[in-house]
Amino acid sequence: MDKNRKVHQFKNPVLNWIEFRLPIISYFKKEYGDYPMPKNCNYFWSFGALATITLVTMIVSGIFLAMNYTPHTDMAFDSVERIMRDVNYGWLMRYIHSNGAAFFFIIVYIHIVRAMYFGSYKYPRELNWILGVFIFLLMMATSFLGYTLPWGQMSYWGATVITNLFSAIPFIGEGLKTWLLGDYNVGNATLNRFFALHYVLPFVIFGVVGLHVAAVHVHGSNNPDGIDIKTNNDSVNFFPYMLIKDTVAMCAFGVAISAVIFFGPNLMAEVDNYIPADPLVTPAHIVPNWYLAPFYAILRAVPDKLGGVLLMFGAIVILFVLPWLDRSKVRSCNYRPIYKWFMMGFFVNFFALGYVGMLPAEGLYLLIARVGLLYYFGFFFIITPFVGWIEKPNKLPLSISDVYAKNIAPDIGGGEKGIPSPAMQKDTNL
Amino acid sequence: MAKKSKNKRRDFLQLSTVTLGAVGTAAFIWPFLKSMSPAEDTLAAGSTEVDISAIEEGQSITIKWRGKPVFIKKRTKDEIDAAKMVQASDLRDPQDDADRVQKEEWLVLVGVCTHLGCVPLGQKVSDMKGEYDGWYCPCHGSHYDTSGRIRKGPAPKNLDVPPYTFLNDNTIKIG
Repeated sequence: MDKNRKVHQFKNPVLNWIEFRLPIISYFKKEYGDYPMPKNCNYFWSFGALATITLVTMIVSGIFLAMNYTPHTDMAFDSVERIMRDVNYGWLMRYIHSNGAAFFFIIVYIHIVRAMYFGSYKYPRELNWILGVFIFLLMMATSFLGYTLPWGQMSYWGATVITNLFSAIPFIGEGLKTWLLGDYNVGNATLNRFFALHYVLPFVIFGVVGLHVAAVHVHGSNNPDGIDIKTNNDSVNFFPYMLIKDTVAMCAFGVAISAVIFFGPNLMAEVDNYIPADPLVTPAHIVPNWYLAPFYAILRAVPDKLGGVLLMFGAIVILFVLPWLDRSKVRSCNYRPIYKWFMMGFFVNFFALGYVGMLPAEGLYLLIARVGLLYYFGFFFIITPFVGWIEKPNKLPLSISDVYAKNIAPDIGGGEKGIPSPAMQKDTNL
Repeated sequence: MAKKSKNKRRDFLQLSTVTLGAVGTAAFIWPFLKSMSPAEDTLAAGSTEVDISAIEEGQSITIKWRGKPVFIKKRTKDEIDAAKMVQASDLRDPQDDADRVQKEEWLVLVGVCTHLGCVPLGQKVSDMKGEYDGWYCPCHGSHYDTSGRIRKGPAPKNLDVPPYTFLNDNTIKIG
């Protein structure tokens, strides 16, 4: 170790003792105290923090549920009912966990929409985007595994349908499926391993989230105008400014999720999952959780087993290469007059796919799913590269403070370009 | 020269160490992967004997075999004729009706849709039977005919025929 290493000095000797041995305090001060956030970040930038909080909530409520849950086909359903009826506050734990999963996806979808619309996936944050898509994949796997555990009809048949996706793979498919299930159909071996994996995957997610956050802190957060921080006048410290802003967002989120947990805990649940699993009877309509429905719609839109499976997984995998499909150097859609509308169209289309994914795959719904499928892939393969090539973006502001100089200069005075007004100056010696 | 031979020796040592390490790791991983395959007791799940004397013509029963539903149907004359009429070459999974039954009035099928594993409807009189009057899978809309062959929808294959033998006229042993 370098003897000349500069050790941060604090007034508190205990902190100094720790800091000398593990410079964790100066690390947190750097990454969460003085960390510069673009000052134009709006509430869309709170959803990363909200997602982290939700992940922690899910892990905590999940651990307490696991203390009363039994992963056995004969007892799983009853143990969940016991949690609901007899365990003290068991109902609360379970409703937090089941609705928390849905809200986790709502938050992450908004987080992804933010990243797509404002071009956060572009240079130099491509790896950050890739880690994010990886987290999204892990979340989908974890939610699927967790949905199996209550061992209701939807649990059982959802697990059957999803594991059968693997049997579409030529030659090794059937063997792979049997290996995944540990049996020839979804059974006790399956439930046991799904429980083990459902317990461990959130910690893997937690680790990847750590990398995701570390990666964004290297080049700093993107912002609604998609331009880099150039001077101190373009940013505010994370503490206290963004922390306070995130706290406000968290309060609003707390109100929303509490409203559902306490007044409509089964709004997003399927009635059939309160019927114990029966391997001999398939429910009339198997529906996935709504947050996976867009991908389910893609699966069903294709009249071929292998083709449907490939396109469904392809719809997720395509996200990995988005940074290289988009040819435009301008990040924010606010400055992209054409692509902006296609991007909004993509969000609407994704929503529509989710809607028809919850309905039977026939007639008009099937047609909508097929059109949606075409737009989904057309957006990535044709629209995104092509529009980036032909579009003439609007003129970008010179700097982030320049945005404010134009907008609010008349009110506070002295806000000429490059000459920051006193109101915007921040004390860099905090 | 001396230096060169020394390097060769070092390369050899490095390569053999890495190779041995890789083989050792693979050998260590194998038991873990293999432990996820069906256990011996699961594989040993036995056979099931079914009394079929009470089944009327046109009627169908569902029994459980190795955790899966098995359909046993006593077909009517019309259903047998409909199944025989079809040219095997016109089908997605070409198979003659005669290759799917031992006695033509008795049709025995694994009642699991070959698409994504749902149980098709058609066992009860009130059930939807699909456009070919056999079975219809409600999950993703596959239609099977009176021989359990796929005719329409996303499923790639016909409903499986499990191994079975007639012990006598009234008893079938499945498995």
